Amino acid sequence: MLLPDSRADRVVPPTGYTAHLTLFVSGAMAFLAVFALALSLASDRLAERWATELAGAATLRINAPADQMAAQTKAALDVLSQTPGVASARALTAEEQIALLSPWFGSDLPLDTLPVPQLIEIIEGEPGMDVAGLRLRLGAEAPGAVLDDHTRWRAPLIDAAMSLRRLGWISILLIGGATAAMITLAANASLAANAQIIEVLRLVGARDRFIAHAFVRRFTYRAFFGAVVGVLFGMIGVLLLPEASDEGGFLTGLGFRGLGWLLPALIPILGAAVAFLATWTAATRKLKELS
Amino acid sequence: MNNLGAPVIELENVSYTYGGDALLSDVSLHLQPGSFHFLTGPSGAGKTTLLKLCYGALLPTSGRLTACDQNVAELDRDQMALLRRRIGVVHQDCRFLDHLTLAENIALPLMVSGKGEKAQKEDMDELLNWVGLGARQDALPPELSGGERQRAALARAVILSPDVVLADEPTGNVDWDMSQRLLRLLVELNKMGKTVLIATHDLSLIRAAKSQVQARVLRISHRNVQLAGADL
Repeated sequence: MLLPDSRADRVVPPTGYTAHLTLFVSGAMAFLAVFALALSLASDRLAERWATELAGAATLRINAPADQMAAQTKAALDVLSQTPGVASARALTAEEQIALLSPWFGSDLPLDTLPVPQLIEIIEGEPGMDVAGLRLRLGAEAPGAVLDDHTRWRAPLIDAAMSLRRLGWISILLIGGATAAMITLAANASLAANAQIIEVLRLVGARDRFIAHAFVRRFTYRAFFGAVVGVLFGMIGVLLLPEASDEGGFLTGLGFRGLGWLLPALIPILGAAVAFLATWTAATRKLKELS
Repeated sequence: MNNLGAPVIELENVSYTYGGDALLSDVSLHLQPGSFHFLTGPSGAGKTTLLKLCYGALLPTSGRLTACDQNVAELDRDQMALLRRRIGVVHQDCRFLDHLTLAENIALPLMVSGKGEKAQKEDMDELLNWVGLGARQDALPPELSGGERQRAALARAVILSPDVVLADEPTGNVDWDMSQRLLRLLVELNKMGKTVLIATHDLSLIRAAKSQVQARVLRISHRNVQLAGADL
């Protein structure tokens, strides 16, 4: 049905504002769809990263006077080494602590002159540790130790990322719906403008299927080519977005990764499918009205 | 002329009403295969309406209309399309697609019926020569004279070799010589076995035809069709 038939396609005049409208709408919608897709995929990656990187990890913070810091750190590490469910525990080096603080205070931070707490990274093993019991033991052995198992802020972050991903997919659905609506309007306008041509085609024995195909092919191809252009511009836009970086946090890195770069190639195909269905429905209805 | 067999088009007590006004009332008419008919009457008498009923552009309000052995009231749109391939129609205004060349316009019935391009080319060359438009096949309809348009419309009407040719005022926009040329083409078609029905108010055309073909002349009067007398 969609195979080009140059002679049959010529029965509908090639010009008209509906041609430009379809090209523009499908191009603009494909452009937006690229960004919505990028947002969805990036949110997905973000949620997964937060879920996997933060799950099974905890941080112990030792707030103690400088002269007690080393002793309390050692005591805390001893407690951790004897705690079931703790796979490993290590105190962060001064360089690692500077690296963590440098985004806020700069890289030339004089850590030794500041009352910065000592951080201990804890990796949980299976089946996991008893957080409440560990807190009690740490309170006895290292009074300045504060255990943070990340659950307090991990869940809302993952929820936020999942919401962003949902919004991205809803945007793609809305873009598809809006494209279908606009193409339906354009197809109806084109069918109405070509009512006399339809009458002549019927006069010479054309079936509705033949007439509908001439319009459907035209709108499907226009939507496809418009979407190809829109996707190309969208991809250029995504390429120009800043690269993911620690400094940029989660607002950067909204582009595609790996095989994700192939997904926008589906947009023109889906756009053409939407145009096909929209025009076919509009043509079938309009031809029934015109009979 | 072959007058055997079931009528190609048969109207039994057909009436057609539009907006509360009866345009045709209780019309009965049989067009036998291979017959030649003129349909005459004053403007507005209902000649075009009757032709439209014959090719299914209008459906009877009451009565039964059979075309090519099919009750048109019972046909769906696809079946109606197939029926129209068996009924060639020539309109006074020709109804061409102005963005297509003459050859493409004439080939439209072949195209919509899915005939191959090679078959189209063979049929086209023969037909264009028959109507004397071989040299004009690449012209666009607005570039054609009235006579050329009418001959092209006739070519389009017969390219699928229909059973019946209906012509609505085919000589309305052409001079006497061209009207005679068109008449000869229609008579030739009749001699090939086609049923021909020409709606016209041009009585001189009917008189001229009498020497070439055995034609029945029907007159629409008072919303009904009667066989015309010898006073034509």
